Amino acid sequence: MIAYTIRRLLLAIPVMFGILVVTFTLSRMIPGDPCKAMLGEKATAEVCDRFRAQYGLDKPIPVQLGIYMGNVLKGDFGMSIRFSRPVTIILIERLPTTIELGLTSLMIAVLVGIPAGILSAIKRNSIIDVITMVGANIGVSMPVYWLGLILAYIFALLLKDTPFWLPPTGRLSAGVVSIPFYQVLGWEFPKESFRYHLVEFISNLVIFNSLITRDWAVLKDAVKHLILPSVALSTIPLAIIARMTRSSMLEVLKQDYIRAARAKGLLRGTVIFKHAFRNALLPIVTIIGIQVGTLFAGAVLTETIFGLAGVGRILFEAITARDFPIIQAFTVVIAAGYVIANLIVDLSYVFIDPRIRLD
Amino acid sequence: MVTDLKANQFKQKDYRSNSLWRLTLRRIFRQRSAIFGMALLGFLILIAIFAEAIAPYDPIQPLIGIENVNKREAPCIHLFGCPKDRPQHIMGIDGNVRDQFSRVLYGSRYSLYVGFTTVSFAILVGTLLGAISGYFGGWWDNIIMRLMDVLMAFPSLLLAITIVSVLGPGLQNALLAIAIVAIPVYARVVRASVLSVKEQAYVAASLALGGGHFHILLRRILPNAIPPLIVQGTLGIGTAILDAAALSFLGLGAQPPTPEWGTMLGTERNQVFTAPHLVFFPGAAIMITVLAFNLLGDGLRDAIDPRLTHQK
Repeated sequence: MIAYTIRRLLLAIPVMFGILVVTFTLSRMIPGDPCKAMLGEKATAEVCDRFRAQYGLDKPIPVQLGIYMGNVLKGDFGMSIRFSRPVTIILIERLPTTIELGLTSLMIAVLVGIPAGILSAIKRNSIIDVITMVGANIGVSMPVYWLGLILAYIFALLLKDTPFWLPPTGRLSAGVVSIPFYQVLGWEFPKESFRYHLVEFISNLVIFNSLITRDWAVLKDAVKHLILPSVALSTIPLAIIARMTRSSMLEVLKQDYIRAARAKGLLRGTVIFKHAFRNALLPIVTIIGIQVGTLFAGAVLTETIFGLAGVGRILFEAITARDFPIIQAFTVVIAAGYVIANLIVDLSYVFIDPRIRLD
Repeated sequence: MVTDLKANQFKQKDYRSNSLWRLTLRRIFRQRSAIFGMALLGFLILIAIFAEAIAPYDPIQPLIGIENVNKREAPCIHLFGCPKDRPQHIMGIDGNVRDQFSRVLYGSRYSLYVGFTTVSFAILVGTLLGAISGYFGGWWDNIIMRLMDVLMAFPSLLLAITIVSVLGPGLQNALLAIAIVAIPVYARVVRASVLSVKEQAYVAASLALGGGHFHILLRRILPNAIPPLIVQGTLGIGTAILDAAALSFLGLGAQPPTPEWGTMLGTERNQVFTAPHLVFFPGAAIMITVLAFNLLGDGLRDAIDPRLTHQK
């Protein structure tokens, strides 16, 4: 299995390379001049020439691509044209927000979707089944951003002054500061070192960081800020997972061995969870893996509405501002997220169904 | 499928009434969700066709100087106690002093147009690519399917955003972007159908009778891909409408003052706390339209997919 994992990771390299080339070419095809976008329409040719030379935009595109590839291998994604800061630093700041948002949404989708699907399958054609499936159908049909706005209206305005009030924007309330765990623990790293960037990245996962530092006030605030966006983002995956769970369970429940298990006198719960659910899990896990893409795409919309400084929003802003280095780096990160999610799904098959051999 | 029909004709005439299409149609009408979806869709199509007759106001012309109303005024429905001397606006007034109800009605035209055009384009191109890929195989197959893999490796909305950025914002470009993003799904469906029947005896027979590649593909093989394409296409229209509305919401699709639902939501999204009706109604309209296509698609799949028939 380790050999399989290594081989899969090696196979991902050409895919990532292809994606890098495609985004590099596509982002160079975006009409408009980054110099004019950055310095304004009145920038003189002289100023623009210096600007292009500074960011290496004056060289032929294949040369630019070559230089870029070399830098990426060194972990350097270049400088953002818009923010004049290294893209890697921006990535370290922004990616944790999206990871937290995505993981919370996925958790909600799985923890609600799977039980709803199972319940719907074992109580087929009952009122519970009808309600769940109508709900799932509405869930897949709903625009994420619309649900987000409606949720913000209900929980931030209508429920104001009640304990159910939830903040509609931002990652933390004003005045609440999350102290990085390595500072609390008294760790010191030389700035710009790999280890420094790594702990900085981890400490930007606000919920995780506040768990380590046991800062419950920050934890509560961070969770409160994350509820509305992740509920909005989770609806489509939730609905899809619930539907898949239902149909997969129905398929398994009519098998002979389920009847045999029941006839043997096993408890209903044992039959459903140990015999049926275990065997119905394969297509469910596959569909969960596919949802990672939906989450990334939804993150663009959810982060825009809820004012979260994440990957999705900056990618959208970068495309409109022609900030090539950011577009490239973040697309590669999203593609990497895809590859990793699919790898995890494939590896999990072995645990779900011991008959499957990866080779 | 076509050959099945012909074979039946040789037997008895009674068999004709039980043709595959008729059976399928009967099965579709037995699906509650398909009927509900069809009814909802019919209702939306009627609204789109008769928008001019139903809409009480012009969707683009502001009411300044025509009526004494303020911008972003809440809905006023006489039936629910709004004073009779106030003009009736059942979905309120938007930020540019226009009747929101009329704009929502006209919006159905854009949504249905977006759904049908993008999916038709994607099916056309996807079928062509999938058919070439599946029928000729080898080299063609490798190139086309790898290209489709690359397209599918990106989240569809992100890819659509990038394509629109290259082409420039606007409804037409957004349509093209959404259609391009949708192509791989149809190419895969068609390729799978082609592969599953390519080696059948009747295809070989047709080849032996002197049928050309084009004839065999069009008359013998592709009819098999129609049922899954219909199902996938119906579900795909829902996704296309959602994606197009999302692009418009981000300001990349239809531009104001076009009464497109996503654009309406996008321009008024900061007003959600002061004028929630301007956000609620366009979004609900998107949801209902997408729901209609999803219900119809689900019903069609249950009726057409032979694996599911014995369950029903």
